Amino acid sequence: MARIDIRNVTKFYGKTQVVHGVDFTINDGEFVVILGPSGCGKSTLLRMIAGLEEISGGTICIAGDVVNDKEPRERGCAMVFQNYALYPHMSVAENIGYGLKVAGVPKAERLVRVQTVARTVGLDAFLDRKPGQLSGGQRQRVAMARAMIKEPKVFLFDEPLSNLDAKLRVQMRIEIRKLHQRLKATSVFVTHDQVEAMTLADRLVVMNKGVIEQIGAPKDVYDRPASVFVAAFIGAPGLNLLPATISSDGHSLTLADGQRLGVETARYPALKPGPVTLGLRAEALNIRPQGHVTGQGTLKATFDFAEELGVGQHIHAEVAGSPIVIHVDGRHPYTYNDVLSIEVSPRDLQLFETKTGLRIAEVNAPVPATSRDQPFVLDALA
Amino acid sequence: MTGKRVTFSNTWLAGLLIAPQLILVFTFFYWPAGEALYWSFTLEPPFGGENQWVGWQNFKTVFEDPLYWNSVRISVIFALSSTVLAMGIALVLAVFVDRRLPGYQAYRFMYFWPYAVAAPAVGLAFRFIFAPDAGFVSALNQWYPGIWNPARNGVDAVILITLANAWSMVAYNFIFFLAGLQSIPRTLTEAAAMDGSGVLRRIADIQFPLLAPTFFFLVVINLTDSFVNSFGIVDITTAGGPARATDLMVYKIYSDGFKGKDYSLAAAQSLVLMLLVISLTFIQFRFVERRVHYS
Repeated sequence: MARIDIRNVTKFYGKTQVVHGVDFTINDGEFVVILGPSGCGKSTLLRMIAGLEEISGGTICIAGDVVNDKEPRERGCAMVFQNYALYPHMSVAENIGYGLKVAGVPKAERLVRVQTVARTVGLDAFLDRKPGQLSGGQRQRVAMARAMIKEPKVFLFDEPLSNLDAKLRVQMRIEIRKLHQRLKATSVFVTHDQVEAMTLADRLVVMNKGVIEQIGAPKDVYDRPASVFVAAFIGAPGLNLLPATISSDGHSLTLADGQRLGVETARYPALKPGPVTLGLRAEALNIRPQGHVTGQGTLKATFDFAEELGVGQHIHAEVAGSPIVIHVDGRHPYTYNDVLSIEVSPRDLQLFETKTGLRIAEVNAPVPATSRDQPFVLDALA
Repeated sequence: MTGKRVTFSNTWLAGLLIAPQLILVFTFFYWPAGEALYWSFTLEPPFGGENQWVGWQNFKTVFEDPLYWNSVRISVIFALSSTVLAMGIALVLAVFVDRRLPGYQAYRFMYFWPYAVAAPAVGLAFRFIFAPDAGFVSALNQWYPGIWNPARNGVDAVILITLANAWSMVAYNFIFFLAGLQSIPRTLTEAAAMDGSGVLRRIADIQFPLLAPTFFFLVVINLTDSFVNSFGIVDITTAGGPARATDLMVYKIYSDGFKGKDYSLAAAQSLVLMLLVISLTFIQFRFVERRVHYS
């Protein structure tokens, strides 16, 4: 059992606080991804779990033991570093076997185990090479093998794929996922790449400015972001965000240029009249021919340009002075400044409080877990 | 700004700009070296007059002189022991500073000072500190009379000049070791820590091997320096004595030439010393070129 309990953990560098009371549990065998922009404290948190960084406040437990004052070697974690951190003066075999050598494993056994692990990551032909003679992907594998060989209770990954090119990154992502399925070790993976996070995670922890914005399964975080920050960060593209005002009867909202959309008031018990931020997924929007009338709400938009994706296109347009992205499956016939009619289903409206940036909860959908207590306003909308 | 390289089309200006450096190098190195080379194959009268060509005679005299071999033996012992001492101490200090033990900023600053002290001043300081009757070390003689006296005991005298030389070299070595240690990526020692390696093991397995290029460089620099630049210390502390116990090669050149007025023998010895230093430098260049390149 290697559950990790993180209890109200804080980190100060001098007087600067970089982690503000983080609190969550990573279950045994779970693959948790900590996602956030650079400087959000995610790597610091990982390094505190590893024992490379002192814990300023709170406790971290691994498998039930408080590890705050324990050396890295006493914690039973293995780590894969962003720049691989391979020992340049040692061969691949020596790199992989170093941990065993330190632990005093006899040479014969060490050799067998190094070969076994090297085979699983496809490195058996390179055991005599020095890291300097390997490609980026091969170095990455050595780093993985070095972490695997001691059969650790916990795997820690500190942005291990960010130095690889795009294609290799996808390939290594798949291999890491496969590896986890086989080893079932508790894993914590830190990244700023939301695609990587969504595809790898059993559970996502989204961090921003040293606090947790949201914890949840990737699907839930995508479907119901807890705040405008998460909404804008998750998904490619992120949620379209538009400033709007709820009418006094609560049955409609008005955009900056006076366009109106109906609101199913019953869905939002806590909804009050006044300013809100409207969130719309690019995939939930449909472009309709002019004059097409349905029971849905429609918005008028001006066409800007389109991005080719291969599987479809991202239509960039402007609604009420704000940029908006619409995903279409086929190819579009529009030219610059064309007026588009966008169909919006009332069920797809996501509403956030303008002041705090927090999600306005829907009926039968609990407020997503967040540890954030300070109001947060997305800079672009402030 | 189209290219980084600036070329002079004006050859005269280029010549003028490099002339000061060329004149300096020529006047203070090539000319005296050439003169020494000439003298070493002639008999040079001490008070002027005609030179007499004698071929290898001077070298023969030097190599047949047991006093010269005594001087070589002492120089080698001196060079090796002060190199080991100076590099050992510097390495320990650099590791401490690199680990950022409390007060490391102050230490880093202070450790470099001794290098700024001129050799004769170092010699003078050590002469006072290690004076058998009045220095700090005289306490030893209180406890066991006669145990320390560099003026009478040759071994004590060698220890004294070795300590003084090592002390002045520690600062230089320290700076290089510290720079070497700090150029090792921190993640490497962190990775070793994750692999279960303790502080001392990490120093031995990761930091020292990666310091090897710095280490080789400093060995050659220290040896060369001990052979060539120890004159000031010897002259002030022991003046080659007692009974030629600290008669280093460089000091013997001085005493034979300027005290004994035998310029030819001194020139021949200079040439031997020069060849020794050149071969050390050659080894250094071979190491630098062949040194292991890490990623």
